[in-house]
Amino acid sequence: MTTAPSELDSPEVDEAIELSPPWVTIVWNDPVNLMDYVTFVFQTYFGYSKQKAEKLMMQVHEEGKSAVSSGNREAMERDVEAMHSYGLWATCEKS
Amino acid sequence: MTRFRKRRKTVVVSFAEHEADILANLLRNLVELLYDGMPPRATEAGDDPLAALLDTDGPTAPPEDVVLQRLLPNAYSGDDQAAGEFRRFTERGLRDGKANDARRVLTALEEHSVEDGIPLEPDDQLAWLRALNDLRLAIGTRLDIKEDDDYAVWEKLPDDDPRRLTYDLYDWLGYLQSALLHNMR
Repeated sequence: MTTAPSELDSPEVDEAIELSPPWVTIVWNDPVNLMDYVTFVFQTYFGYSKQKAEKLMMQVHEEGKSAVSSGNREAMERDVEAMHSYGLWATCEKS
Repeated sequence: MTRFRKRRKTVVVSFAEHEADILANLLRNLVELLYDGMPPRATEAGDDPLAALLDTDGPTAPPEDVVLQRLLPNAYSGDDQAAGEFRRFTERGLRDGKANDARRVLTALEEHSVEDGIPLEPDDQLAWLRALNDLRLAIGTRLDIKEDDDYAVWEKLPDDDPRRLTYDLYDWLGYLQSALLHNMR
């Protein structure tokens, strides 16, 4: 017979780590893709508002890259595959 | 002369015959490149979507051609094994998708009088945008256009520069993509 573990024994979970999605999709800057097209892709594929899509596009353009989505690894691989289908240069990374 | 007009959600694009010929040639080259050096599938997927889903015998190494490297980039930087696994499961599908977009544009150019106009419904518009973008990526990579390039230099290439015609095509494709996007709004 075992006794039920006391509540004090339960491991403490760092909620900040637990809640932050472990993977991100990074879109990299590219000399060819038109800014309007990149914004269009973010709106069409992710369903982002025009404002959010433009902000991410500008981040890609000015800072060289932007994390455009986050989630589990499988979901991020789907997003990266979709970005490649639109001709955007994207990679999967641990956040 | 390329023209766009809008009828509700339909965008109608018309071309001069020689412009349509140029676009069709570029698209045929793209389709050929996409299947260049691809080994035949181990199992014939045909029209069976399940067989296509289970098709996991894709390549694991990046393509040798620089254009294909740009069209099918590594999904992981600094992790060749993960990048190879991703390729094995996705590369064939991505090549097929890009070739299908290009073929859809080719079919439209063949089936319509290009001077009277080709009606593009919303799902055609998406295929056209992606195919035009892949053509720009292919030409931009061949021209070795870089992020920090001064565009004024490209715009002012002398007429006898061998890159002049290619750059003009690249520029025209950008105009097509941008005008199509504008008319979709």
